Amino acid sequence: MNMPLRADLADVREVPVAKADDLDRAMVRLEAVSKTFAARRGGGAVTALDHIDLAVAPGSVLGVIGRSGAGKSTLIRLVNGLERPSAGRIWVDGTDIAALGERELRQVRRSIGMIFQHFNLLSSRTAYGNIALPLEIAGVGRAEIKARVEPLLELVGLADKRDRYPAELSGGQKQRVGIARALATRPKVLLSDEATSALDPETTQSILDLLGTINRELGLTILLITHEMSVIRRIAKEVAVIDGGRIVERGDVYDIFTRPGHATTQSFLGGASGRAVPAGLAARLGPDRAAGSEAVVRVVFRGTLAAGAVVSSLSRELHADVKILSGAIDEVAGRPFGTLLIGLPSSDRHLAPALAYFAERGLDTEVLGYVA
Amino acid sequence: MSPEIVQLIAEATLDTLWMVAVATAIATLLGVPLGVFLATSGRGELFALPAVNRIVGLVVNATRSTPFIILVVAIIPFTRLIAGTSIGTKAAIVPLTIAAIPFIARLVETAVREVDQGLVEAARAMGASPLQIVRKVLLPEAVPAIALSLTLAVVSMIGYSAMVGAVGGGGLGDLGIRYGYQRFMPDVMAAVVIVLIVLVQGVQTIGDTLARRLNKRLRHN
Ligand SMILES: Nc1ncnc2c1ncn2[C@@H]1O[C@H](COP(=O)(O)OP(=O)(O)O)[C@@H](O)[C@H]1O
Ligand SMILES: [Mg+2]
Repeated sequence: MNMPLRADLADVREVPVAKADDLDRAMVRLEAVSKTFAARRGGGAVTALDHIDLAVAPGSVLGVIGRSGAGKSTLIRLVNGLERPSAGRIWVDGTDIAALGERELRQVRRSIGMIFQHFNLLSSRTAYGNIALPLEIAGVGRAEIKARVEPLLELVGLADKRDRYPAELSGGQKQRVGIARALATRPKVLLSDEATSALDPETTQSILDLLGTINRELGLTILLITHEMSVIRRIAKEVAVIDGGRIVERGDVYDIFTRPGHATTQSFLGGASGRAVPAGLAARLGPDRAAGSEAVVRVVFRGTLAAGAVVSSLSRELHADVKILSGAIDEVAGRPFGTLLIGLPSSDRHLAPALAYFAERGLDTEVLGYVA
Repeated sequence: MSPEIVQLIAEATLDTLWMVAVATAIATLLGVPLGVFLATSGRGELFALPAVNRIVGLVVNATRSTPFIILVVAIIPFTRLIAGTSIGTKAAIVPLTIAAIPFIARLVETAVREVDQGLVEAARAMGASPLQIVRKVLLPEAVPAIALSLTLAVVSMIGYSAMVGAVGGGGLGDLGIRYGYQRFMPDVMAAVVIVLIVLVQGVQTIGDTLARRLNKRLRHN
């Protein structure tokens, strides 16, 4: 996979590109996939996806994050063949999706579950009836349908809502029905297109927990799409950031959280754990390094959290006042990390040695600006 | 009003109900599939057949824009062919049905188009064939709207059936013309109008109730 690096990506970390045999074993794999929608009246052609390479290992959860219009839905719809790629190849569990005819594709879709932002449940069917639908479509007999649907209702915690219609369920309950429905045909892959975007934070959490459980206990491979970083950190191990139809950054969720390379990733992390600059400070922050000004530096601690000690010893070493402006400690993918905003004199005598001091200790720094 | 007249009104009411029932049944049988076809055969749709869609659409529009009374006269040869006669209750069923088919088809088309596209998307993602999507998603989801459409069709046909009375079609309209108008019996005319009003009200109430029962989007509890 040789993705052409753009100039602004020059500093993108080495992508954990899967090795050849990893790729062969990948549950979902996209190779140089592009998708262009033909021009409509009054508009030009839209390139929704541009040379996408992607691999999802069996049993893993890959999160794809991007803004509205970045091409996320198109990407996920390519995986189950709802859209055909303009170029490139797509494999699901070893099957070349793009090479299949519509009839064979229908067969393959039965081994790929999908959940949606607006649930897409039939209002005319009860919870039970909705979960039964994919089985009816697959031609499964009545007794077998019952034998499969009842445990699924149990699994998603809706056994008591069996005969309720969607109108009688809450958003979270509807999505649980959606998840049970997606699991009914015992798929190997679950595609999730903004499945929590219409839910409140608490319900989002419970739905993500359920997806996590399913991933662990059923070994289901999940490709999840979202525009919220908080969703990614709660469920995914790996993340790909998509912008303007291209993957601009990807890697381990912890790495991306603690060392975002691309501007888009950074903007997604915007307010996340200690990254936000306090409003009062932000208003005074400028790009000019005037004499006597103070530099504002963001320091990210990965793993080790001896932040206080590091700052006080720096203070001693520089013979200067190093102020802690704000800070936060957080955990991503089970590993701790801390973010500290510090202020120190911006003169060459202080700033350069301070940055070197952090670099020696393997800490990432970023000079955010200067205050007079 | 004499017992004979009351008897006549009762018979005419039954005739009207019979005409409307038979015409509705046949028109539903043909109009619903036609409506589903219209709703699913456009460009980029489930059974994309844009050319056929356009032609069928034209025929439907042409039939719908022909005033009913002209349609009745224009298709007399066809009516004779089907019913063996061009006057009476049996003959009246033919133009009624012909007029009702495109009417029902357009209403069903609208009902099917109103179904959330997300459901079609979900069904496709499950591996449903276009026919399965129609049978398991589009029709069941459109049922409440179709029930209302058929109610509207029945109400319109009660009106139309009174119109065929003008050309000797039998039923309440026929009675109203012959007795109320030609023999100048205003009480018969009034009775006919009242029976028609009651019929329409009854049909509308039944249709509304049925549609509400069928609509699972409402919370019932
Ligand atoms: N069927 C389509 N026809 C034309 N353009 C489309 C179609 N589907 C998506 N697009 C365009 O492709 C781009 C990506 O869309 P989408 O994948 O839905 O983005 P996202 O899900 O990230 O919001 C958008 O510019 C959108 O307008
Ligand atoms: Mg989308």
